Order: sequence, then C-alpha cells, then structure tokens
Amino acid sequence: MSLEIALPILLPLGFGAASLAAHRHIALQRWLGVAGTGALLAAALWLLRSVGREGVVVMHMGDWHAPFGITLAADLLSATMAVLTGLLGLATAIYSLATTPRGHEQYGHWPLLHLLLAGVAGAFLTGDIFNLYVWFEVMLVASFALLTLGGERAQMEGAIKYVALNLLASMIFLSAVGITYGLVGTLNMADIAAKLGEVDRPGLVSTVAAMYMVAFGIKAGAFPLFFWLPASYHTPPIAISALFAGLLSKVGVYALYRVFTLIFTQEVAYTHEILLWGAGLTMLTGVLGALAQTEIRRILSFQIISSVGLMLMGLALLTPLALTGGVIYTAQDIVVKMALFLTAGIVFRLLGSYRLEDLGGLYHHRPWLGILFLIPALSLVGLPPLAGFIAKLTLVRAALEEGAWGITAIALLTGLLTLVSVIRIWQQGFWRGLPEGVADSAVLTGERRDATLWLMYLPVAALAALVLAAGIYAQPLFTLSENAAGQLLDTQAYMEAVLGEGAP
Amino acid sequence: MEPLMAVLVGIAFAAALYMMMRRSIVKLVIGLILLSNAANLLFFTAGGLTRGAPPLIPEGAEAPAGAVADPLPQALILTAIVISFGVLAFALVLIRRAYQVVQADDLDQMKGTDT
Repeated sequence: MSLEIALPILLPLGFGAASLAAHRHIALQRWLGVAGTGALLAAALWLLRSVGREGVVVMHMGDWHAPFGITLAADLLSATMAVLTGLLGLATAIYSLATTPRGHEQYGHWPLLHLLLAGVAGAFLTGDIFNLYVWFEVMLVASFALLTLGGERAQMEGAIKYVALNLLASMIFLSAVGITYGLVGTLNMADIAAKLGEVDRPGLVSTVAAMYMVAFGIKAGAFPLFFWLPASYHTPPIAISALFAGLLSKVGVYALYRVFTLIFTQEVAYTHEILLWGAGLTMLTGVLGALAQTEIRRILSFQIISSVGLMLMGLALLTPLALTGGVIYTAQDIVVKMALFLTAGIVFRLLGSYRLEDLGGLYHHRPWLGILFLIPALSLVGLPPLAGFIAKLTLVRAALEEGAWGITAIALLTGLLTLVSVIRIWQQGFWRGLPEGVADSAVLTGERRDATLWLMYLPVAALAALVLAAGIYAQPLFTLSENAAGQLLDTQAYMEAVLGEGAP
Repeated sequence: MEPLMAVLVGIAFAAALYMMMRRSIVKLVIGLILLSNAANLLFFTAGGLTRGAPPLIPEGAEAPAGAVADPLPQALILTAIVISFGVLAFALVLIRRAYQVVQADDLDQMKGTDT
C-alpha cells in the first residue's frame, strides 16, 4: 500500500469539497486554499522522496491488479511534476489572497482551484490511458469555469475558442483511446506498451500515434495547433492566468512525453521526426508572435508556445541527454512562467495597465521588482547562472551530439529573439522614465500604501529564488532529471513495476 | 455491421466538423454535441461488435459459457457520455452568456482577443 501516490489527488479533492461546503465563509475558504495547496506540496514531496528511494511507485485502485483495474503509477517525471503542481498551487493561493476579486471568491474561485489541481495531479500520476482522459476532463471543466469567472466580454470571447478547441482535442484523444483498445484490448499504459509490439498493423498504429500527437499537441499549444492559447490565457484574473501559463499546457507536454517514450517507440523515424519539425516551428512561431505583441500578458502567452517547442525538442531527439534537457527545461519553465505572469500582476497593481506604452519608471521606483523580473526573464532566455541556462545547454549539447544542426540553429535563434522580446519589456516597462499622463501612479511612487502588496511579492520572490538556486547549485536538479530521463527510456522496468509478474 | 458503423461514424465526424466551422456559436455547440457522439460511436465500433450473451458467469463456473459481449467499451462510453454531458451543459451556458455580452451569434464578432 503506497498512500503517498493517492494523496496528491485525494487532498485537493477533499479540500475542494470542504471549500464548497464552506461556500458562505470566504475567510475559511481562503485558509483552506492555502492549507490545501500547502498539504498538496508536502504530499508530492513525500511521493518524490519515495520514488527517489524505491523507483516507480505503483498503486492498484481497489486492489484490482493491472492490467484489469485502474493503476496509479509515479516515476520520477510524474513525481517531479506533482511537486511543481503543489508549488504552483501554493503560489497561486497566496497570490490570490491579494488579487482575486471578491465576486470571484463568492462564485467558487477556491473550490475550482482545488479541483483544477486535483485534475492536473491525477493526469500526472495515472498509469491508465482512459483514466488520463478522465483527469484531463476534470482539469478542463475546472479551467473552463475559472477562465469565465467574472463574465467579461474578453473572457467570453477567449473561452469560446478555449472550450471548442480543447473539446475537439479531447474527442480526438477519446477516439484514439477507442482505437487503441480495439488494437490491443487493454487500457493500462504499461500493458499497451507491452502488447503493441505484437500488433501487426503498422498503418493503424501510426494513425493512432498521429491522433495522440494531435490531441496532446492541441493541449500543449504546439505548432500549428496553438491559436487558442494566446487568445484566451490573458483574459482571466492574473493569478489564474499564471497558473494556466505555468501548469496547464505542460500537462499536454507531459502526456506527449509519457506516450511517446513508453508506447509509440516502434517507428521513431516517423513519429519523432514529425515531433522534431513541430518543435522547431513551435519555437520559431512562438517567439515571433511574442515580438509582434505590445501587451505584457500577450507577450508572455506567446513565450509559453516558444518554450513548449524546446520541451518537444528534448522528446523528439529521444536520447538520454536530450530527455534530461527536456525534463530540466520543463521543470524550470513551469516556475519561470508562473513568476513572470505574477510579476506582470504586480506591474498592473502598480500602474494599472499591461500595455507596454503605458508603463515606465518601475526600476527607478521599485528596483527590487526589476530584479525579480529579470531573474525569471533571463532564465527564459537561457543566460547563466540561471536554471534556464543549464536546461538549454543540455538540450543544445544533445542536439549537437545527434548532428541535428537545423534544430540547434533554430533553438539558438529562438534564444536570441526571446532576449529581444524580454528586453522590450525591460526597456519600456522598467528602464525608461514614467510616461506622462499615467492614470494612477500613487502606489508606485509610494504616496499611497497598498497593504496587500507583500502577498504578491512573496510568491514571486520565492519562485525567483528557486530559479536562481537551481541555476547556481544545479547538480540536484540535473541528477534528478537525468534519473527521470533514464526511467523514461527504461520502459522494461516501468512495465515490470506496473504489471508485476505479467510483464514480458 | 462494422462497415456500416464505420460509414456512420465517418458521416457523424464530417457533419460535426462542418457545423463547428460555421460562424454561428449555436452551430458550434451542435457540432460539439455531434462530435462527442461520433467519438463514442467510434469507441463502440473499435471495441468490437460481438453478438453474444451478457458477460455473466454461471454459478460455480470459472468463466462464462460461450461467446459474450465485451462490457468494457460500454462502461467506458458510459463514462465518456456522462463527462461530455457535463461539458456540453457548460458550453451551452457559455454561449448563452457570450450571446448576452456580445449581442451577436456570430463568431466573427468575437475576435477581440485574437492576435
């Protein structure tokens, strides 16, 4: 019995139910929000420690053994992602205390937040492909409601695209699961991997692989399936935007990592070649889109897409070093994106706008905010001594070892263009003087005190410190990612852990 | 039976995608409804259409006697139907709300957040 693997799912569900029961008591819901996400982080850390000691942790729900029952299985990648889910949940909860409008809290901000985290954690920890679909839907329904809470016009317009395209992706996913079941007669991912080799219908297997790729590609925001993302991610309140930016699109990336390292590895020349092209084009379109924008949240939304390209590059190359780089990049990017969006929220609190043309004077009045912006921003670019540098160095080295010159060139060019887009925010928002005619700069100049501002600084500072620490003292993160990549490639061990004696 | 079902699934998918690509948000939701039904039918067909007795094991036996239908796809489709019911209920409320806010049924009027 390994309780720690179920806790990251059960805790948010329990706290979500409790917050729902306390729907008249906003203050209680706030406490439950911080306590619940903190407990989730603790449980996920416990899980990571177990996985680090014992290898893949498996739990058969209701004691129905694999492949018949639903299995929860956590390897190092799953456990790391669960820890990041807890971390981002906690940061969102603390930040929400200061930023979420009262009306949103009355209409279920806190229960939905827990439900979203439960869905994300479930998607990371399940070992069953149909169960993965169910967790995706749990996550989606919660995210739909969080996205539309407030009901402003921009939110409605963004939500229609978000809902329609994500449902389309879910249906493609469901169809692919149906065909998979028809092919191998099982839904346990380890069992599918074991049996798919015996299936003598290469055409159909490639078709199913392509369906999974499209479905998860839409959810991850990969080229050319990303248009819903920059149209919707900037519309909800900034804490929710930050959580979506940090976590949600990475669930799609995680699913791609899981499926294309464990199940579809027979035809690497075909599937991973497509992934490599997709990765390159995703990086390039993402960063070019970011350059064309003049609003911080939209710039950052396009940067999400560009980062997804780098994560897919690690998967597409499929060598131990490339996967190591991909895992480090994913882990640091989740933290970096969250920190950047949260910083944008502080900028909005100080100056009342997200548009670059309205901003200025931030470095003069708030030098520490400038530092807090620069740390994640330069990690996004990939400058030493930050975590992003280690990740990009590993990815580029892996690509060079494989002789993949094209993708290396694109990755480096993307880094350069990312620097340009980050410098634009820095130069216009922080470096130049305060422009004339700013509606309300009293908070910025310190004429009026903002009592809850420290609650916004706290998570940003913690995340930025983490990025800095992971860059300077990089060995633990690197070793963890290396072991996670090793586990991803050692499918035999995963199958044995899940299936027990039934493994091939 | 399978070829007929395959054609039916294909028609359902085609109709769903056609409806989703119209400009009206009501037709978008009709498209989504058709799409989820098409996916469920596909699941049902791909799971294998066996004519057979219900999968019940007689008392004292270890395995069912004779050919039985596979219950798993049906259980999974039931799950998927329930999920898509909930999600589509949300989509209906969403388009109603969007219609109230935008005062139009036309997706071309909803490009404010596009880039």
